[in-house]
Amino acid sequence: METINYQNFRIEAENICVDYNGKVALYDANLRLKPGQICGLVGMNGAGKTTFFNALTGFVNISKGKIRINGESVRSAQKDQTIAYVPQNEGIDSQFPISVWDVVMMGRYGSMNIFRSPRESDVQAVKDAIERVDLTDHLSTPIGNLSGGQRKRTFLARAIAQRASILLLDEPFSGVDIRTEKLISELFIQFKNEGKTILLSTHDMIHVREFCDLVLLINKTVVAYGETSEVFTPENITTTFGGISPDSLFGPES
Amino acid sequence: MELCSFLTLDSFIKDPLTHDFMRKALLMSSLVAAVCGFLSSYLTLKGWALMGDAVSHSVMPGVVVAYALGLPFSLGAFIFGVGSVALIGFIKQKSRVKEDTVIGLVFTGFFALGIVLVSKIKSNIDLHSILFGSPLGISLSDVKQTIFISLLVVILLSIFRKDLMLYCFDPRHAKTVGINVFFLHYLLLTCLSLAAVVGLQSVGIILVVAMLITPGATAYLLTDKFDNMTVISVLSAIISSLIGIYVSFWFDLETGGSIVLAQTFIFLFAFLFAPRYGIFKLKKLFNDYK
Repeated sequence: METINYQNFRIEAENICVDYNGKVALYDANLRLKPGQICGLVGMNGAGKTTFFNALTGFVNISKGKIRINGESVRSAQKDQTIAYVPQNEGIDSQFPISVWDVVMMGRYGSMNIFRSPRESDVQAVKDAIERVDLTDHLSTPIGNLSGGQRKRTFLARAIAQRASILLLDEPFSGVDIRTEKLISELFIQFKNEGKTILLSTHDMIHVREFCDLVLLINKTVVAYGETSEVFTPENITTTFGGISPDSLFGPES
Repeated sequence: MELCSFLTLDSFIKDPLTHDFMRKALLMSSLVAAVCGFLSSYLTLKGWALMGDAVSHSVMPGVVVAYALGLPFSLGAFIFGVGSVALIGFIKQKSRVKEDTVIGLVFTGFFALGIVLVSKIKSNIDLHSILFGSPLGISLSDVKQTIFISLLVVILLSIFRKDLMLYCFDPRHAKTVGINVFFLHYLLLTCLSLAAVVGLQSVGIILVVAMLITPGATAYLLTDKFDNMTVISVLSAIISSLIGIYVSFWFDLETGGSIVLAQTFIFLFAFLFAPRYGIFKLKKLFNDYK
């Protein structure tokens, strides 16, 4: 097991900007996360959450700013399998003819040879990952026959099999059953103890309070960032959601 | 070619094989079908049917220019095939016109250029065989070229089989784990252009897109496993080619059209009776009966 220096930053994003053909999607965004930290990414649809993820994974290029992953470039983070991305359920083609096993095996592709032929260690990693998300009974089930929660767990298993130290999760709790929700929250605690860094986007304010040490409120740029207890205030949330009161978003505070 | 009443299945199959051109046509068309069928699973899953249509039509001027200059026609076709895709991407990015419109106008533009060139360049180009295919009249140099291109495409697809599957399924993950998505995108486009080139010999430019999408669509209705899908796609493509050529031989029909019609009928059969995804769900009917 590699030793984790909890003082070094896993993710450092400095003043990053992303634009698509001149249309600004995100500007002057900053984020710093250390190992073992869970950060919630909160914002409206179109506020740049997915763009932020895309910038961190290198799926889109940033037009300005700097991103360091473990002190190195995004490119070397890709090579080192550092970041895993767990898409939201709507983001995947659920009718694709592929089984749970094959999806999770894709987590290993980056460290395989050019033919992507699994070694013993890859098979073991996939088995373990599927066991951790409790899908061992569905190894060869096509993903089209899974429930929303099971599908979500399949992609979590892929991230586990990848052995990434940074997990980016797009709406991990949307459209999942209670059992999956419980399993995911347990996994989050385990990941935290393993020193993984987690950035998750969510619409559900209760989840932010429950899991996130830190919260990043964005609306094209960072509205507020810091410890959840300090930053996740009704005022900040209202600003983030363009003047809509938080009560109407997640009910009166308990 | 008279269809005798005492024609047996045996002679239905064996008689055409006595002709050299028929043996060649059956072999070459099967090879071409296998290549297009292989690629077809990727194109249907990636949602590139329209792209396949665009590329296959856009190769037209390339074929004409290459013939006129005495170059291998695959080279010209390839350049124009990839060029059309680059142009589509460029116009889409630089204008507010929607993608399907851009695709439509670029490929028809290229196709029209091809037709105009054929009428202007004095050569022995047979417009009919480019448009509708001529599997029964393939020349020896075409045979060599077809074999070479087919092998190339099959080898490329085999090596990058899993990467391409990942690229079609989840390009974002591919990028995240350091797989070269840009390369895979152009690899698939290259294979598409090359397959269009060999496919047009069988069924012609107008119908080659059917070779590139129908087998994959048929297979997609029949299985939930990617590997099975590829196998079914290839098999259905080969069987359609054989049926198409035999039928066109005995009933004196246009060969390219017959091949594509055979594919369409196989698709319709899957559409109606596929065990899980067909309208009548054969399996369910069978179980209910039990």
